[in-house]
Amino acid sequence: MIATLATFGLGVMLWSGYEIGGAQWQFTERAELVAGFSYALGIDGIALLLIMLSVFLMPICILASWGAITKRVGEYMAAFLFMETLMIGTFAAQDIFLFYVFFEAGLIPMYLIIGVWGGDNRIYASYKFFLYTLFGSVLMLIAMFWMVAKADTSDIPTLMQYDFPAGAQTWLWLAFFASFAVKVPMWPFHTWLPDAHVQAPTAGSVILAGVLLKLGGYGFLRFSLPMFPQASADFAWLVFALSMVAVVYTSLVALVQHDMKKLIAYSSVAHMAIVTVGLFSFNVQGLEGSMIIMLSHGLVSGALFLCVGVIYDRLHTREIDRYGALSNNMPYYALFFLLFTMASIGLPGTSGFVGEFLSLAGIYQVSTTVALICTTGIILGAAYMLYLYRRVAFGPEKNEDAQAMVDITPREWAMMVPIAAVVMWMGVYPESFLAPMRADIAVLDARIASATPASDSQLVVGKPKAEAANVVPYVESHTEEGAH
Amino acid sequence: MDFATSFALITPELILTAAGLVLLLVTAWGGDKAAKGITYAAALTFFAAGLTLVPGLHSGAVGPETLAFGGLLKIDSFALFSKALIYLAAIGCLLVAPSFFNSEAAGTEQGMRAEYSVLVLFAALGMSVMVSANDFMSLYLGLELNSLAAYVLASILRADTRSAEAGLKYFVLGALASGILLYGISLLYGFTGGTDFAGVRAGLTGELGTGALFGLIFVMAGLAFKIAAVPFHMWTPDVYEGAPTPVTAFFATAPKVAAVALTARVVFEVFGAQVEAWQQIVMFTALASIVFGALGAIGQENLKRLLAYSSINNIGFILLGLAVANEAGAASMLIYLFIYVAMSLGSFTALLMLRSDSGDLYETFGDISGLAVTRPAIAWGLLLLMFSLAGIPPLLGFYSKFVVFQATVEAGLVAFAAIAIAASVIGAFYYIKFVKVMFFDEPTDLVTGKSGTAHWAILFLTAAIISPLGYLLTPSLSDLAGKAAGALFLVP
Repeated sequence: MIATLATFGLGVMLWSGYEIGGAQWQFTERAELVAGFSYALGIDGIALLLIMLSVFLMPICILASWGAITKRVGEYMAAFLFMETLMIGTFAAQDIFLFYVFFEAGLIPMYLIIGVWGGDNRIYASYKFFLYTLFGSVLMLIAMFWMVAKADTSDIPTLMQYDFPAGAQTWLWLAFFASFAVKVPMWPFHTWLPDAHVQAPTAGSVILAGVLLKLGGYGFLRFSLPMFPQASADFAWLVFALSMVAVVYTSLVALVQHDMKKLIAYSSVAHMAIVTVGLFSFNVQGLEGSMIIMLSHGLVSGALFLCVGVIYDRLHTREIDRYGALSNNMPYYALFFLLFTMASIGLPGTSGFVGEFLSLAGIYQVSTTVALICTTGIILGAAYMLYLYRRVAFGPEKNEDAQAMVDITPREWAMMVPIAAVVMWMGVYPESFLAPMRADIAVLDARIASATPASDSQLVVGKPKAEAANVVPYVESHTEEGAH
Repeated sequence: MDFATSFALITPELILTAAGLVLLLVTAWGGDKAAKGITYAAALTFFAAGLTLVPGLHSGAVGPETLAFGGLLKIDSFALFSKALIYLAAIGCLLVAPSFFNSEAAGTEQGMRAEYSVLVLFAALGMSVMVSANDFMSLYLGLELNSLAAYVLASILRADTRSAEAGLKYFVLGALASGILLYGISLLYGFTGGTDFAGVRAGLTGELGTGALFGLIFVMAGLAFKIAAVPFHMWTPDVYEGAPTPVTAFFATAPKVAAVALTARVVFEVFGAQVEAWQQIVMFTALASIVFGALGAIGQENLKRLLAYSSINNIGFILLGLAVANEAGAASMLIYLFIYVAMSLGSFTALLMLRSDSGDLYETFGDISGLAVTRPAIAWGLLLLMFSLAGIPPLLGFYSKFVVFQATVEAGLVAFAAIAIAASVIGAFYYIKFVKVMFFDEPTDLVTGKSGTAHWAILFLTAAIISPLGYLLTPSLSDLAGKAAGALFLVP
């Protein structure tokens, strides 16, 4: 606990020390420890925000485990601290192989967290999680070798400026896609996620949803887009198609879940699909929006898992039917739960709205159809979240034991309040979160815009020409955006 | 070249021979009572012999001055690197032995047999000759010295039927493989007119005749048997399971190093001009070993059998480095060997520590269930070793795969590397099964016996090497491996 709070304190110092508009890469350090690759760290605005998210969620995770974990506490805490190290390392790595090391190493603590402290079906879930993600990333490793052999450097900033031959980009992009699509996860590679979420302990779910899924999005942002801009443009249709399916399909699946954690897990898949669409919209709004959704989703779905954890600790079931009318006996709990539900739906004033609005605005410039379908996801999202909330918090008092539960304790207050505060902050004044990454997003946008064919209509695959005309010529607008 | 220089070059072999003979006499008079003392004396001998390698290893010995006895042996830095690795592995296998054999469960009422250490000494001497062979005659001499000592080692527990069976199987199949190898050598001799590597190489330039091709294939098959690569791997699970665990640890490490090093020398120095002819054989063997090693291990319940399949799988990755057929590939192969030796030694030592109060060894998954609760130190050690064998970063096992795959991709064999790495995911399945059984299942509280200091020391040391700390070794390791691999490619 103390260690995580101390890290969070260091994170705050990092943020205040970060010069907005300064050099692109700050706080760099480099040491040639290993033959073959170097131990190089450094952050830009994008990494900064994601590191902040990790260090912010970590003390809360520890708090959430305070009473829930009773066996092998020392090992549990060690696993979480190890996890935190690796996540920060992944976001800060400046060497492509070092990134891979941190990226993959996270499997070990997460496998143990799910397997040792998880639910009844934990063994199946931990195997599935481990093997699925491992299989995704080994192909990426092969691609990395090829890139490094070709470009003769494993330095990420240099590789981001390196132009790989167009034919090779396709293969490289696909190899990276295999890894990040599993991690995000995108439909149809998402099946490990509900299992892992349901079986993991509460804090494990928070970390999984809050940070680990962001590794995939970060990967797209840091590798796929800037390193293979041409292939990214060519495959945007694939990402769009998979994401559209994901948004609608997983939202519908979420609607019929009886298990609260599973419902939130499916909602994660739907939200992350909007992230991927936004990332591949190739414009500043889309990219910034995706980043904000990632941050917001990290907080909100983390908080929702915490909400589930709070009542799970009391009744030891995640069945929605076992609860009901909790607003009577747990008013404060109901209040927080409502706030996070609304944030998940994307109510204006919460963080969810900002991100979804920005990224949908970005998508709309590329394809109205994609934007339209993604918007239905938001409507469906409202449906399943409100339906969940109604069943848990309102309705008749049908379960006596549920009615006997006490309201949240001071420890749980301490978990909820900071997240709620940040969610509102991000919803009301997103500028403080947009400012650090603006310069980096602009650089990225310039990079991909230079490689993207001038006519963006080619991204609209399988659509009639008439719709392509809807694409607003926004080239001027995003240079202004970048100049902020 | 005079004899004095030749003898100076083979100092480590001389030390081993002298010590082996003296200790044999001590065994004859002292009997099994002296076993423990002999073991430590043998370990010291290896240490002394290893020390003599250091200067040459450091400066990177190459060139004509490394030839001894008129070209029969070649003590270049490749040979030195392999020898250093063999001696290290042998020291480990000697140190873990006494407390294993000194228990009733091992079937040795009278305690440890003193011959064990002497046989290890002679086997290692044979390996020393193997890795520095520069002529098919010295190659065969070393190989047989090693093999004969190994057959006896496998059946050293005379009262134990499994051990005897292992020894017999190993002997019959090993003799067959030696015959195949010898036949290949005779074919090569017939078609090229020489047995020294340079002479055979000179005879194999240009178009490869059918007879010489058969010679090449027979030699490769014989060597593949010795390194237990698919399709000549059938003996491995049985022998590894039946042999006493310290002996299994020895088989999995030192002879593997020697045989792989020998294979590398033969393919590069003898068949160097016929890369296309052997490259495809090695590629097939490598891929088949990776896939069959991984698939075969899945159903295993016996931990020693499982580790046997795991060693087949690892040999596949080592051969992957060989199949690249360039200097970077050979260097990556040596780095992989080093890390593989550390991992195998650690895993088998951990298995040796799984015993009951009365000293019975536990060898199946059911016995180690919940080990993390009852014996956390062993369980965490095994956890590190298993994730490392699976190649998960940040453990050093990842680095070994990293170098091999890097060499493969840089040589342009991308599809080949992709298949191999995908198969490695299958392998990960049974390594994490270890972790699952130890950490997730209910404890059985069977493993209660105490472990010797040597076991703890070796487990701790290997765990430290394969932990992220091991990356600090990598710059010097890759420097040494680079020098050693460079020595292989000096033949014009």
